[in-house]
Amino acid sequence: MDVVLLSRLQFAAATMFHFLFVPLTLGLSILVAWMETQWVRTGDETYLRMTKFWGKIFLINFALGVVTGITLEFQFGTNWSRYSAYVGDIFGSLLAIEASAAFFLESTMIGVWIFGWKKLSAKAHAAVMWLVAFASSLSAVWILTANAWMQHPVGYTIRDGRAEVTRFLDVVTNPFAILEILHTLSGAYILSAFFVMGVSAWYLLKQQHIDFFHRSFRTALIFGAVFSLFSVVQGDIHGADVARKQPAKLAAMEALWETQKRAPLILFAWPDQEKEKNVIEFGKIPGVVSLLALRDINAEVKGLKDFPKEERPPVLLTSFAFKGMVGLGFYFVLITLIGLYLRNRLLDSPRYLKIMMFSLPLPYIANQLGWIVTEVGRQPWIVYGLMKTSDAVSPIAVSQVATTLAAFVLVYGLLGMVGAFLVVRHIRKGPEPETATA
Amino acid sequence: MDLQTIWFLLWGLLWAVFFLTDGFDFGVGTLLPFVGKTDEERRIMLNSVGPVWDGNEVWLITAGGVTFAAFPKVYAVMFSSLYSALMLILFALILRGVSFEFRSKVENPRWRQVWDMANVFGSALPALLFGVAFANIFRGIPIDASGMYQGNLFTLLNPYGLLGGVLFLLMFVMHGALWLNMKTTGPVKERAAALIYKLWPVQVAVAVIFLVASWFSTRLYDNYLKHPAMFLVILLAVAGLLAIPFLHKKAKAFSAWLASAVFIAGATFFGVLGLFPYLFPSSIDPAFGLTAQNASSSPLTLKIMLIVVLLFIPVVIAYQIWTYRLFRHPITEEDLGYEEAY
Repeated sequence: MDVVLLSRLQFAAATMFHFLFVPLTLGLSILVAWMETQWVRTGDETYLRMTKFWGKIFLINFALGVVTGITLEFQFGTNWSRYSAYVGDIFGSLLAIEASAAFFLESTMIGVWIFGWKKLSAKAHAAVMWLVAFASSLSAVWILTANAWMQHPVGYTIRDGRAEVTRFLDVVTNPFAILEILHTLSGAYILSAFFVMGVSAWYLLKQQHIDFFHRSFRTALIFGAVFSLFSVVQGDIHGADVARKQPAKLAAMEALWETQKRAPLILFAWPDQEKEKNVIEFGKIPGVVSLLALRDINAEVKGLKDFPKEERPPVLLTSFAFKGMVGLGFYFVLITLIGLYLRNRLLDSPRYLKIMMFSLPLPYIANQLGWIVTEVGRQPWIVYGLMKTSDAVSPIAVSQVATTLAAFVLVYGLLGMVGAFLVVRHIRKGPEPETATA
Repeated sequence: MDLQTIWFLLWGLLWAVFFLTDGFDFGVGTLLPFVGKTDEERRIMLNSVGPVWDGNEVWLITAGGVTFAAFPKVYAVMFSSLYSALMLILFALILRGVSFEFRSKVENPRWRQVWDMANVFGSALPALLFGVAFANIFRGIPIDASGMYQGNLFTLLNPYGLLGGVLFLLMFVMHGALWLNMKTTGPVKERAAALIYKLWPVQVAVAVIFLVASWFSTRLYDNYLKHPAMFLVILLAVAGLLAIPFLHKKAKAFSAWLASAVFIAGATFFGVLGLFPYLFPSSIDPAFGLTAQNASSSPLTLKIMLIVVLLFIPVVIAYQIWTYRLFRHPITEEDLGYEEAY
């Protein structure tokens, strides 16, 4: 194994683990802030108990998200130093802005929220949670703007062997970034909605804390339905944009080898990178990819064979991840619409509740798959069309990366287990009994 | 003053602010088993930094981010050369970060002991390693013309580097003891208060040895001899250090803590100003070193980032001060009774 592969594995492990926690932070902060606001508005104690119960899960999850995020920022320097020197002018700026404009606010206010229950008025305390929620999503905006620049670099020129910014406004209003932000945020909000619904369904099935979890479920249901619908519609626009800006990625997503008009959607394809074809194929629907990607059923879509071999992303992984994500996306719409239909008789719909309970992990999978499409589909480029991943790595020894990769797997594995243990334990314990909280 | 020089100073300033804010919670974490004898005492210590430690740590993220944005080459070479040391710091910070949140969630004493140890290790190791790293930067790092590092983790563990590590650890432990003296009552405060007197002479001795060793091991003083007015920074640091026991004796807890903050900032700037224009000097050949001029971003990026920093950092400082004031009271039992408390 070489330094490039090991560093890629390490970054993949670190980001994917990080992104187990980020989406819940993004969405649950909003739900908790809304619950607390409801408490302030109505004085109804159940809302306070909801704030505290879900808030505690939020905090455990938040801690894991923060600590795993710090390593990512520094890994650009430790493992991808040639990349860092090449793009620091633009990419580094976006990370620095994220820290000073968003992450500071989030981290400072979370401390105020945890310890400020008796220091602040109820209204101010709820406002602090809104600041946390706002700052988390704002953090995501900056990080995703940085990632979008790797996908579709804009507003730069190459001078002295590195990318330098020429039009900063273009960088921060990169249309690719706007689409990526909307898609990632809605994916995160869906995940947190399904998390709250899944846990609530479990309690509703056990017939415990019915009022409490009924309200939690219905709040999350609306949140989840809105963003599931949004995500599918917006994802279509995002996909069409990718088709124009990253044609090789699109071809890999659709497992399309030959350049063709009326390019088909293949429901199931098992692509073989070496043989340059799909060894298994069924469910071909002609014209659909042309229509979705280029908005014209007769349009010509460029196939993988028209890209040099060394500029094709891993097709199997990209296409499986893409189809899995899309399939799950449609499932989220369907199941939340059914939920809306059943919203007034949830308690009489145990089968639906059971489905929702088991659906809890699905958005986690969808979020990870989405990132696989984004990042693996961009290969072999680290900055699309500008710099190859293999040219980006640090001049460090294999043994160094191998050691830290092993350490990441070990430490993150343990942390994941401890985190899961604490969250499950807290969920099992259930909300505080009524009147015990003040 | 040109943009590169302004950014050089801001770079030093961000590291200094990181050291003087997160420094005291590193100190408190290191002192956990020495000052906190019972579970409740340890909880008092952890909760005394509870509302602020997370925000403090973002100064590290910002210092790192600003290095990336303003001096990408430094970011690239610094973090890849110091790979092993930085990874150790990161893993330590991970364990420390979760230990706050995890520790008191379970009543079991062994569980708490494990996370307390994670906090001690996660606080003391970064304190030490940041000192080792910066002392080595003061001294010069063996990088060649292409920025390739010609050494390993043990290259950094030279006597001067280790001395820097001890200095930083002592600075942060003192800073933490002064914080506990200000923010707690009862036995924790008493132990911290007594510790300050014991630590201080050691800290003075190490600081003096470090200043002398810097004369022989580094070229930091070249700048000072060229611009003698800069000696004021050293004087300021020394004044901060000398004021600590004096203010502490007068029971001016906050002023004593502030004096320690001045010492930390002064010690950082002693090195930073001595380094100028180098951010990352080479010990192989001065020409290979990375300077504010040869390692900076484009002028446009420096300008944009200057606007960003001048816009946001004062706001950050304002709401962080608000937070410190909101939680300025010494920790009471009522604070520990909070469900959300650590």
